[in-house]
Amino acid sequence: MASIVRLADTGLPPLAPAPRLGWVTRALPIVVVFALALVLAILILSYGNPAPFGSSGYWTIVRSRSGSLATIALVAVCQAVATVLFHTATSNRILTPSILGFDALYVLTQTALVFAFGTAATGLEGIPKILAQSGLMVLFATVLYGWLFSGRRANLHLLLLVGIVLGMGFGSVSTFMQRLLTPSEFDVLSARLFGSIGKANLDYLPFAAAFVALILIFVWRRRRRYDVIALGRDVAVGLGLNYRREVVTILVLVAVLVSVSATMVGPMTFYGFLVATLAYQFARGDRHAEILPLAIGIGLVALLGATFVLKHVFAAAGLVTVIIEFIGGLLFLIVILRKGMR
Amino acid sequence: MTSRNAVVAPGRTAVAKRGRGPWPLVAAATLVVALIVVSLTVGVYDLRAQEFGSEMSWITRVPRTLALVLAGAAMATSGLVMQMLTQNRFVDATTSGTTEWAALGLLVTVLLFPAATLATRMVAASCAAFIGAMLFMTILRRIPIRTMLVVPLIGIMLGAVVSAVTTYLAVQFNMLQMVGTWFMGSFTAVVRGRYEVLWVVAIVTLLVFVLADRITVAGLGKDVATSVGVRYDLILIAGTALVAVAAGVTTVVVGFLPFLGLVVPNVVSMIRGDNVRSNLPWVCCGGIALVIVCDLIGRTIRMPFEIPVSMVLGLVGSVVFITLLLRQRRG
Repeated sequence: MASIVRLADTGLPPLAPAPRLGWVTRALPIVVVFALALVLAILILSYGNPAPFGSSGYWTIVRSRSGSLATIALVAVCQAVATVLFHTATSNRILTPSILGFDALYVLTQTALVFAFGTAATGLEGIPKILAQSGLMVLFATVLYGWLFSGRRANLHLLLLVGIVLGMGFGSVSTFMQRLLTPSEFDVLSARLFGSIGKANLDYLPFAAAFVALILIFVWRRRRRYDVIALGRDVAVGLGLNYRREVVTILVLVAVLVSVSATMVGPMTFYGFLVATLAYQFARGDRHAEILPLAIGIGLVALLGATFVLKHVFAAAGLVTVIIEFIGGLLFLIVILRKGMR
Repeated sequence: MTSRNAVVAPGRTAVAKRGRGPWPLVAAATLVVALIVVSLTVGVYDLRAQEFGSEMSWITRVPRTLALVLAGAAMATSGLVMQMLTQNRFVDATTSGTTEWAALGLLVTVLLFPAATLATRMVAASCAAFIGAMLFMTILRRIPIRTMLVVPLIGIMLGAVVSAVTTYLAVQFNMLQMVGTWFMGSFTAVVRGRYEVLWVVAIVTLLVFVLADRITVAGLGKDVATSVGVRYDLILIAGTALVAVAAGVTTVVVGFLPFLGLVVPNVVSMIRGDNVRSNLPWVCCGGIALVIVCDLIGRTIRMPFEIPVSMVLGLVGSVVFITLLLRQRRG
């Protein structure tokens, strides 16, 4: 818990300078996590394959399984990076985009588009459609959350509560609109909203992957700036950073990443929180250069592991997200209780 | 802003706007009666034009309106009780996880005993709600610093974890769709023969009226309550049990009614101050009026189809609740 408590929500710099560690020590957890993820990925591809090894049937099965593997990878990257960046921008480690209702906002945006344009919304396929819906979502998120976070007396728990209730409210509005849709419009909408790991839309996958890769490169180039932003507003401004611009950029990135992830598998509230919290726990330092890869790796292991275990041990592959929500929710409760006691 | 545990928030004194006689309350009650009449007359089936008019009205309209009145009054008053007992303005069945526990209890009963009667299901749901509410109270007692906002957060998270368990069970036994229909708070299915158990919550509301003063004192904290001779633990358990019964029965008969217990007591005490006994009739009226208005909106906006009351409530409730929260920030 040490690293959680240190940065916490105070926005103050760490109390003691991080000890100097060799790069081998630093990279060790990352290497371990990715090795584990690789093993799990190979297991998922090959375990329980009925066709004999090397036959054409074998490779067909492997190919069909690699689709869900790619989905998992993309979701893990999106959620891990979005959550860690969001923590950085808000200088705390409790608020996450999903808990604040970003997912519900995505669902609302989609519903509103179909509500406004009817089945004609299907006409906007491909890049224009994705750009339009992401644009709407990004605009909304930036205005709303930018306004919430700009308040001087912004109180962590107040924000969290407002975010959760906003999420509930968005949910109600979406369901409300969905009730007003005609059945054919509703079909169009539900095809967009309710993805799952098993049946993600694979046509969309290469495009989304390329998009996320671009974002990753952008984030990686700015990793040192984000280290500075994590120190809090005053320090960052004092060190000569355009704080406001950086934070708005982060909010936009987060909105895009969340909408990609929600398109792939639907909303998952506590997954990002779970992944990021574990990453802070196991990381040897506070730098984004370590935390981001570690969070992605943990995200991969969590999703791959849950998928594998549920599929082959409990024969309940559809429940991966539910299980992760349950564990993440418990972890969240524990963290909140500990903070409440301080 | 940090630890405002007191029941009486600054700027809202107990003497605010009292002593004008019974007339405002009479006006409010008249308004509620008018709403009840409107609720009785609105519907797809034209009672006057078609035959069986009076019969239909006794089969669906009257039971539905009665159910609205009973559920509205009970959920609003039990929200008030929760807020007194936890000494927190932002707690009700929605934000303490109580309804989620009731749902879990109901689902487990149906899975274990598919032939269970409505009464058995209600008892099970109420018991689960009671366990959940007591767990919530126990967790709260273990936190020395209870800020105004951490308390509902813990409740909401507890509810999220419990409803993950419910979802898991529902998926395992292929009941997800059914569970969705059950818990979608709606008065559509309320007809003669299906609402009568709701009279139980009328008893709950009456008991709250009887216990009002003691609950108020218990709301001042254990030390104060004990020193003026109130048996604190007993009142705590009694109050929690009342809330659990209200939540359990309402969940079984009509489903979730989000934010009802949260918004109504808060708005009443913002206008009138914090005297629980004199506020209780107002909270009842407010709860009834809000539920009927939301139900009317849901019934009329897309005739002949219906929009469940819980959606309208969720929409109205979240807007009001966020306004309340942001007022705190400025204040």
